[in-house]
Amino acid sequence: MSVRLDDTTASAVGTAISAERFRQGSSAVGRVLTLVIIADEATQADAVRSAAEAAREHPCRILTAIPRPGKGPARLDAEITVGGADGLGELAELRLRGPLSHHVASVVLPLLVPDAPVVVWWPGTAPEDVAADPVGRLAQRRITDASEAARPVRALGLRRASYVAGDTDLAWTRITPWRALIASALDQPFARITGASVSAQRSNPSGLLLAAWLQRGLGVAVEVHNSRGPGITGVTVRTEGGDISITRPDGRIARMVRPGFPDREAALKRRTVEGLIAEELRRLDPDDVYGETLRALPDLAAWQAHADHSAPAAASAPGTATSTRKAAPGKPARKAPAAAAPRKAAVATSTSRRGGRS
Amino acid sequence: MRTRVTTPSANPLRDPRDRRLPRIAGPCSLVIFGVTGDLARKKLMPAVYDLANRGLLPPGFALVGFARRDWVDQDFAQIVHDSVREHARTEFREDVWQELCKGIRFVAGDFSDEGAFDQLSQVVLDLDRVRGTKGNHAFYLSIPPKFFGDVVQQLKRSGLSVSNDGAWRRVVIEKPFGHDLESARELNTTIDEVFPSGTVFRIDHYLGKETVQNLLALRFANTMFEPIWNSNYVDHVQITMAEDIGIGGRAGYYDGIGAARDVIQNHLLQLLALTAMEEPLSFAANDVRVEKEKVLTALTLPRDLDKHTSRGQYAAGWQGGVQVPGYLEEDGISPTSVTETFAAVRLGVDTRRWAGVPFYLRTGKRLGRRVTELAIIFKRAPHLPFSATDTEELGQNSIVIRIQPDEGITMRFGSKVPGTQMEVRDVNMDFAYGDSFTESSPEAYERLILDVLLGDPPLFPRHEEVELGWKILDPVLEHWAAKGRPEPYESGTWGPRSSHEMMARDERTWRRP
Repeated sequence: MSVRLDDTTASAVGTAISAERFRQGSSAVGRVLTLVIIADEATQADAVRSAAEAAREHPCRILTAIPRPGKGPARLDAEITVGGADGLGELAELRLRGPLSHHVASVVLPLLVPDAPVVVWWPGTAPEDVAADPVGRLAQRRITDASEAARPVRALGLRRASYVAGDTDLAWTRITPWRALIASALDQPFARITGASVSAQRSNPSGLLLAAWLQRGLGVAVEVHNSRGPGITGVTVRTEGGDISITRPDGRIARMVRPGFPDREAALKRRTVEGLIAEELRRLDPDDVYGETLRALPDLAAWQAHADHSAPAAASAPGTATSTRKAAPGKPARKAPAAAAPRKAAVATSTSRRGGRS
Repeated sequence: MRTRVTTPSANPLRDPRDRRLPRIAGPCSLVIFGVTGDLARKKLMPAVYDLANRGLLPPGFALVGFARRDWVDQDFAQIVHDSVREHARTEFREDVWQELCKGIRFVAGDFSDEGAFDQLSQVVLDLDRVRGTKGNHAFYLSIPPKFFGDVVQQLKRSGLSVSNDGAWRRVVIEKPFGHDLESARELNTTIDEVFPSGTVFRIDHYLGKETVQNLLALRFANTMFEPIWNSNYVDHVQITMAEDIGIGGRAGYYDGIGAARDVIQNHLLQLLALTAMEEPLSFAANDVRVEKEKVLTALTLPRDLDKHTSRGQYAAGWQGGVQVPGYLEEDGISPTSVTETFAAVRLGVDTRRWAGVPFYLRTGKRLGRRVTELAIIFKRAPHLPFSATDTEELGQNSIVIRIQPDEGITMRFGSKVPGTQMEVRDVNMDFAYGDSFTESSPEAYERLILDVLLGDPPLFPRHEEVELGWKILDPVLEHWAAKGRPEPYESGTWGPRSSHEMMARDERTWRRP
């Protein structure tokens, strides 16, 4: 059941949550974290639904802050739901009007569950530097979603430029099943890897991250091809013993083709947002692999130019793809293949930050 | 010129810091014996589908059924389909099903039928070719233990138990692992002859890995429990597994086995070992096992078994508002059966940490409610600076680890009752990791099947632990066997009178869970 508080304060909201909790006869509950969602009216409903679903696995207090800048006076309106029909923790929807819309942290801070970790999620547009954001500063974990930004590739560039341990992006979470499947393919013996490519819908940040992750791990140049989607449609790892390829044209079933095996298929469904959030909440420590993958991304300026305009084929990234990664001990150093063919973009291997800001 | 061999451990895409990445089993098949059984239909086959749906099975995975039925592949696929439809945890998706379906095979035959096993051998070879299972096959023996010998011998004879060049064969067996020490040893010999010990997975489906890991985390990740986890502070420990149901359709399995063999020997002794063991060197399966074995070796029985054990058999009564028959009136049970449906024992652990702390274990069917928990009951404070009337209602502090339902932890301690008078009364503080956590977390069987397919050394008992369990239980069972009929107790209550008397003798009482 919901309680509405109009023109209220954060402390009144906190009291109302406790009172509601007490009224329901369960004053001690295991809330393991506070999830702060910062959204606009258009995105908040879906985001809250997904978060509430994820809260089944991670009981939490969900604070949805909806800034509504405007000319009127500063005002806070709140709606509280405690232990809804299916017993899903505590939800507070906070509408911040007028000048208050620029002071979200002042409302959120008093409402955080004591001691428990804080996670902030921007389901739509996120600040350029989330760790420097006043609410982002309160959090151990900051979740953005480049795919939902108006210009996804640009958003990914911002994430890279401002990455701090504790940042994460749902474009990265989306590719966990892909990564798991590709990694499992390399659990089987394979010949020396000579190259790789990823096909994805144009300006799909997940596709770029997947390419960067492959490049970081395999130490070879990875090409990115544009496809019609949905999402990522294929990955090929080229080896001296033949190609290992996984294709998923329909967003549901992946087909794996590799030498020495019959063609095989497996479920690889595009993921729901609640699944992504549940995965994010499972681990709250910094995701170093994500940070390193961001750094392995190519110069995004070129990508972005092409992502936002037409041209069916991908852009070619500036510079030549060169492998700076050291070969594993005991293995002869290998040279990356020469520059990628025209009309393909190679992800430049770079372990230092460069690209967009250079 | 050096030659390079790429082994799975050299997978360049695996990074130990990458904790998101789930492990997907390598190419393989699962062969289930006894696919017509309850367990296969309600748990195993749905769990296989759930794994497929979650993308944790390898592409090309195959599922082979073996049973004495006049079926072809499609008939079996239909059975799997129905059981998945009814019992799977995750949503049913036609495309996932279609994919799984392509790998479904069936072999009809008896467990002693050589022809059938030769055919199975052929089917498996065929799968290696058509589905790319690469010679990796797990055999799940979801069958009564008396057939284990036949099946294992047939697997050996038909060459199914061995594999070549890097491929694996594994076998999964379920409790009960024998019915006494001698039969357990025979069973081990039979299986060990054919499968090396690292390839045998003994499964206690009551004891999920999640539970074990939760218990280990509580004990060894915290500082506030360990200092009091010993005989200086602990008065006694109670471990309970109670079921509200009767034997249902399991008469054939249950009669002659009874509560002690069914539950105490494996499940409750495992819980005891995890509660009482010292800190393992690491959580590697082997290190944990070493500590558990030490505890099991240190177990002692009371001298007078009559006074400190109890057994019972449920009689007709009302259980949770339903009128239910007694054990002797159940279908398929002889009216003179002496099988116990309730068993309780007091055990000691002869170590410095636990000297003098009794561990009370009880299990039964048709009890008050369904619950599995272990309770650490602490000693009373040596001195209370209150008047006697202030603390009349103060009991003993306790920590209760709830295993099912509502997995979580309850702490019980004294608190002042609000008001002007000083009165201290026991209160509960509960922690549950999410009300529906158990529903959305992977079901025990999914985890278990995945462990088998991945070859993860199981947290499940090896035969040494099984034998230690029988060593402690055999004298009790022999003692009881000489005593005739177990004491009847009314269905829906907390067991026979003797069980309460056994506690009263030690000036203690059972918790009401």
